[in-house]
Amino acid sequence: MLSKEKIREMETLALNIRMETMKAFGNLGFGHVGGALSIVDTLAVLYGVEMNIDPKNPDWEDRDWLICSKGHAGPAIYSSLALKGYFPLEELQTLNKPGTKLPSHCDKNLTIGIDMTTGSLGQGASLAVGVALGHKLDQRSNYTYLILGDGECQEGQVWEAVLYAAQVKLDNLITFVDHNKKQLDGYVKDINDMGEIKGKFESFDWYAQEVDGSNVAEIFEAVEKAKAQKGKPSVIVLNTVKGQGWSFAENTVSNHHMTVSPEQMEEALQELEQKLKKVVQS
Amino acid sequence: MSAILAKQRVKEEQEMRNVYCQCLLELAGKDPRVVVLDADLMSSMGMVPFGKAYPARTFNVGIQEANMIGVAAGLSATGKIPFAHSFAPFASRRCFDQIFLSCGYANLNVRIIGSDPGVTAAFNGGTHMPIEDLGILRTVPNITLLEPTDSIMLRDLVKQTAGLYGVYYIRLLRKNAIRIYEEGSTFEIGKAVEVKDGSDVTIIATGIMVEEALKAANILAIEGINARVLNMFTLKPIDKAAIIRAAQETGAIVTAENHNIINGLGSAVAEVIAENVLVPLERVGVNDHFGEVGPQNYLQEKFGLTAVNIVDKVKKAVARKL
Ligand SMILES: Cc1ncc(C[n+]2csc(CCOP(=O)(O)OP(=O)(O)O)c2C)c(N)n1
Ligand SMILES: [Mg+2]
Repeated sequence: MLSKEKIREMETLALNIRMETMKAFGNLGFGHVGGALSIVDTLAVLYGVEMNIDPKNPDWEDRDWLICSKGHAGPAIYSSLALKGYFPLEELQTLNKPGTKLPSHCDKNLTIGIDMTTGSLGQGASLAVGVALGHKLDQRSNYTYLILGDGECQEGQVWEAVLYAAQVKLDNLITFVDHNKKQLDGYVKDINDMGEIKGKFESFDWYAQEVDGSNVAEIFEAVEKAKAQKGKPSVIVLNTVKGQGWSFAENTVSNHHMTVSPEQMEEALQELEQKLKKVVQS
Repeated sequence: MSAILAKQRVKEEQEMRNVYCQCLLELAGKDPRVVVLDADLMSSMGMVPFGKAYPARTFNVGIQEANMIGVAAGLSATGKIPFAHSFAPFASRRCFDQIFLSCGYANLNVRIIGSDPGVTAAFNGGTHMPIEDLGILRTVPNITLLEPTDSIMLRDLVKQTAGLYGVYYIRLLRKNAIRIYEEGSTFEIGKAVEVKDGSDVTIIATGIMVEEALKAANILAIEGINARVLNMFTLKPIDKAAIIRAAQETGAIVTAENHNIINGLGSAVAEVIAENVLVPLERVGVNDHFGEVGPQNYLQEKFGLTAVNIVDKVKKAVARKL
């Protein structure tokens, strides 16, 4: 079981990731706000406790890997990495600027701590299968974590990867689907309904769970259960809200890519500060 | 064909995507066979009004480009006239086999719109920056490759393609273009447009590089070099006659494209020259690099896609003249 202290630590990290991410978007004036914010609580669990990593040695061979196939959430990962000490926090302000090491989509050749280049949706799924297979071949006991968008799951490539991962029994692959119910043009159910995502994975012979993707304790417990599964890949469907944590974004219908004015950034930071105070006091 | 040059080359008031949407609304109003497909980029493409006006003829398949192209090809087999859009890398690279076989080899009737050419993908960065789309697609037999320069040309070409049969790829800037042509201008697919006469060298340009070529021609004029500028808005079938004429009459050629110099405009022109009239050729374009993130002007500088780069190459080409 998780101690109260650990939960508070992860919640604090999540709020800090959100604040740093909003600062970077605010400084730039725009960004993929919705899908970056909705995955933050999972990032806090992964970078806070679950992932076996060493910021001083980012290429450590036995580290756990994270492949964010919805590469447009990059800015939230950059904030996590900076908070973990992979690079200075100030560097977050260079997001998308000329010559930056922090592009809008994840790039393993540019950013220290980013394990895979993504941005063309669907491709990260196969890459993760390959990485997990490689680790098995090397008889490593590390885990490969994969993050997919719910809209992204419309790509056929995702299901090719899912089918094959079960065939080769990748129990070192733990996948998250950020089920924030929206894609770029609107609600997933109105565009090309993914239906019951957990059930789809189950029918592909995966170990599937569904949790509240804003609840770090639930996410943590699900990852622990996934790790205990042998002989099957695991998926954790995260029930999230696109724009999670900044109420203005949550309430904006079209919140995939948003402009962020200096005032809006301030507003978001204030809201997050308030939440942080509460967490610290709890 | 009559293309009249705009008196003033200024940034257009309307974005290209909005003009595209208006065209499609007009076409759909006249012809019930016109259908629109997209892969979760309807709003990015300014096509929401189309979806509202013609919900039954709008197929936003979600994030699955290869399926979209196959579905478009299938629709065309039943007589529909599909216009399918995604960002250019996903509309070309991601579904090349579907374009090649389901559209091309099966001889079906599909219009593919690839948006955000080359460096205009700017802040979306390398994964979204198509520097190779025309190069890949050039190898599909019988495909027609178009890159409209401004909204006047866009309107004319989109309307023309609706009445034609085959596989058409329209490489489309989504934002505001620089106005090159006067209202009412018309264009012939496969025929280059001379945007400036000249006798010392010919700059053959496409897309955003047409404006850069015209700027370069102004700089060159001051230095006593009289450059002809051709707008090669049809990359395939390429206007061989115009290239041969330019080679014979001006004796040197510089190409300028917002694309890899490999297998794009520069290569296509080189093929024609090599087989017909050998004259010095210099190519301005992305020199075999992947894209990267940043503002468009930074990327144009970085990849050498400016008027100044064209001027440099023109001087080289002219110096190499026999
Ligand atoms: C192959 C591909 N097609 C289209 C896009 C453009 N695009 C980027 S994000 C996005 C929507 C993603 O929706 P979802 O997977 O649900 O992500 P989230 O809601 O978490 O942002 C689209 C269409 C892309 N990056 N890659
Ligand atoms: Mg989503």
